[in-house]
Amino acid sequence: MPKDHGIGASVKRREDIRFLTGQGRYTADINLHKQGYAYFARSEMAHATINKIDTTAASAMPGVLAIMTGADFAAMGGNPAGWYINSRDGATMKEPKRPVLAHGKVRHVGDAYAIVVAETLEQAKDAAAAIDADFTELPAIVDMAKAVANPAHRVHDEIDNNVCFDWGWIEDNRAAVDAAFAAAPHVTTLELVNNRLVPNAMEPRASIGDYDAGTGDYKLYTTSQNPHLSRLLIAAFVMGIPENKLTVIAPDVGGGFGSKIYHYGEEAAVLAASKALRRPVKWVAERSESFLSDAHGRDHVTTIQLALDKDGTFLALRTETMANVGAYLSNFATVTPTFLHGTLMAGPYKTPLVYVNVKAVFTNTAPVDAYRGAGRPEATYSIERVIDKAADELGLDKVEIRRKNFITTDMFPYTTPVGLVYDTGNYQATLEKMIELGDLAGFEKRAAASKAKGKLRGLGLSTWIEACGIAPSHLVGVLGARVGLFDAATVRVNATGSISVMTGAHSHGQGHETVFAQIVAERLGIAESAVEIVHGDTSKIPFGMGSYGSRSLAVAGSAMVKAVDKIIAKGKKIAAHMLEAAEGDIEFADGKFSVAGTDKAKTFGEIAFSAYVPHNYPLETLEPGLEETSFYDPANFTYPAGAYACEVEVDPATGQVEVASFTCADDFGNVMNPMIVEGQVHGGVGQGIGQALLENTIYDENGQLLSASYMDYAMPRAEDVPFYTVDHSCVTECTHNPLGVKGCGEAGAIGSPPAVVNAVIDALQRGGYKHVTHIDMPVSPSRVWAAINA
Amino acid sequence: MQLIDSRDIMASPEVVWAALLNPEVLKDCVPGCESMTGSAEDGFEAVVAQKVGPVSARFTGLVKLSDLDIGKGLTISGEGKGGPAGYAKGGAKVTLEPIEGGTRLSYEVEANVGGKIAQLGSRIIDSFAKKMADTFFERFQTAVEGPAEAEEGTDETQKKGWFKRLIS
Repeated sequence: MPKDHGIGASVKRREDIRFLTGQGRYTADINLHKQGYAYFARSEMAHATINKIDTTAASAMPGVLAIMTGADFAAMGGNPAGWYINSRDGATMKEPKRPVLAHGKVRHVGDAYAIVVAETLEQAKDAAAAIDADFTELPAIVDMAKAVANPAHRVHDEIDNNVCFDWGWIEDNRAAVDAAFAAAPHVTTLELVNNRLVPNAMEPRASIGDYDAGTGDYKLYTTSQNPHLSRLLIAAFVMGIPENKLTVIAPDVGGGFGSKIYHYGEEAAVLAASKALRRPVKWVAERSESFLSDAHGRDHVTTIQLALDKDGTFLALRTETMANVGAYLSNFATVTPTFLHGTLMAGPYKTPLVYVNVKAVFTNTAPVDAYRGAGRPEATYSIERVIDKAADELGLDKVEIRRKNFITTDMFPYTTPVGLVYDTGNYQATLEKMIELGDLAGFEKRAAASKAKGKLRGLGLSTWIEACGIAPSHLVGVLGARVGLFDAATVRVNATGSISVMTGAHSHGQGHETVFAQIVAERLGIAESAVEIVHGDTSKIPFGMGSYGSRSLAVAGSAMVKAVDKIIAKGKKIAAHMLEAAEGDIEFADGKFSVAGTDKAKTFGEIAFSAYVPHNYPLETLEPGLEETSFYDPANFTYPAGAYACEVEVDPATGQVEVASFTCADDFGNVMNPMIVEGQVHGGVGQGIGQALLENTIYDENGQLLSASYMDYAMPRAEDVPFYTVDHSCVTECTHNPLGVKGCGEAGAIGSPPAVVNAVIDALQRGGYKHVTHIDMPVSPSRVWAAINA
Repeated sequence: MQLIDSRDIMASPEVVWAALLNPEVLKDCVPGCESMTGSAEDGFEAVVAQKVGPVSARFTGLVKLSDLDIGKGLTISGEGKGGPAGYAKGGAKVTLEPIEGGTRLSYEVEANVGGKIAQLGSRIIDSFAKKMADTFFERFQTAVEGPAEAEEGTDETQKKGWFKRLIS
């Protein structure tokens, strides 16, 4: 019988009770006494000089409390990028100031240039419409190729050709890679676009600034995946206030997918407005604002080349990518297309030579940053697509070409040619599991059944790997990170034996409250109901780097385990004192401290109570209290991997693609809660199918966002996704964290897009449309139809 | 978006030219125009109410005439601010050439929108702009030469468009 509690049990999510009964408490649910309502005036032009912003008439409108513009924030610092990336020639990246509100110029549609605070939201909106703003429109820089080619048009006046950096990885290997290509028997080339996506968290961003004039303390309630980072950036970089005077609270957060990792100008604006007004100031984004101003994802244009022997052995791989960073650098914008992308270009394969070139390009569009998978989906898509194209060109089987090139189990730890060391894995095992679960042997029969209905059936594979559990501080420091990426936890045992765990991870839908309680309870041998997980409040939690990069369990969970170990060690000291035994003779198991070889024992509850009622403690050697904090810095990334199979049916008459089945065999290391892992994979694959078939972000040549609502931006719906077959029974334990876990949050979104597109191309190839070797995402009916009829 | 079209108007180039410079004619011909004041020399101030798909707006803006080549052609350009709805701007390059019995009016229209209209109405903006241009020149033709369906036998004065009546 499967476990019903503790590690490995599919414990139902405790937070769902409040989420599903309308009792979640999100930022928008919080209302403070005397709060004013903020509305942001945003640019309707993609690129313009601000000649004048006259707020006189608007300020006189009913209910208006304050209007602040870019000029009011000009003395504040910029919102920085988190990583320094150097160009191939050694030059440092270009980092233009990202102000709280636009000043001098607006640089994308949606760029905020004024905050209006009024007694009601309607009054704030009316006043925003009455601001007399005079702009001179400048040519919009939208297309990356044009941005790089036309030095006269600049998003930032000081940046030539709009290039942030021109990065080579690893530059020293370039000559060897080029030589391998020159000598290669076969070279496959593919140009592809990784389509730009809007993150579309269910809850739009929202922030409340609350300044206490009596103490000088600022409090920010905000929709963040990463409240400590927001505090650090606001305090140390943007507003210049001491960190101890700023508390950032991220209550329940309804999804983020990366878009809520970052600090945004609206957060500093509501804090400053609150200070100016001596009243709380609340802002809740409308869905349109989310489309215009949340950091978008992906947006790469890539040429990838694979050099092979005639038998399909990979000899070398190289790519040239232009990555759109939008109008300003968001916090992770520089690392996403580089170290989260270039270092993954080996995939699970033993390709001996790899070289990656990425140019990051400024455009008059919303900032682009990490979005579920962040760089790794882009890498995986490029690799898995070019492999399929190569297999078609050489007439090789698509399973065999992968199997032949896999890193094998005897090769770990494996040093890739792009700077990572994979600690463990078994790519053959997940491939075989996928073949079995997806019944690949029965494909031809299903294809015949589809054909009888007039449909073309295709099978697409993707064998993916990611580096997550972000991240080892020593390594990311070498790679240019301005912060460490450890995490922290405090385990506080209360006097009556209940436990509060303060974690630096921030759940925005993942189920941390359930899973972390399972782990702590099992380790301490107590009931899960006695464990409370506290997150999202910088005044309660020692420190943290938030939740993204599939890091919560692998990094913050490890910190928690270390803190629990310290609790047990302290408990043994207390037990030794209470039981009049030597500390070394105390054993801890099943929630009991006992003297080895005897029946003398104290329960965990008795130890906890004693810690807070220490009437007879030897105070020189034993402190009262039972609370421990640990900081955990991972020694390496973790490397989840898996094998996905997608089957599609294509209607050749209409170009309509239907996903018929999707099979996932993943290695996530040890699994804490299989139900939650399954949910993460479902969600990730759903997002990947959305990217592959439906979602696209369209700016016209003037920089107007045309896909700015759900009328034009197609999100996947239930009917667009199949019933998934999900497996995570192939386990190789992570070798360097205490739980042997790897992380699963991004996997589905990384592995699935190439599987879907490979399946569509496979269907068309099998259907006789041999001229169709690639279709860019989203593979919409019109694109498929056009490709068929080209 | 861009569109190119032409119309044959049963009036002399001089009459058509005069009509193009007349704010009253323009007011009557611009769909949704609530007011049009000013002069050909200084430009016209216009207020236009329109509904573009889900977005309703009242645009206020300036219409300018340039590249005036008397009796032969001109460029009409305008930019309207629609408040929270966004903005619209565009222009029409108009050329007149005499044909038998009248004038061929050719136009190249270019229109751009920004802000909420672009975000919510992009699917329909091309057809909206085409309809705006078609309606404008349709009305212009009617204003100048009179209703096309005017019956045979009605006297000359009635058959003329109101503008033609005014100046004849």
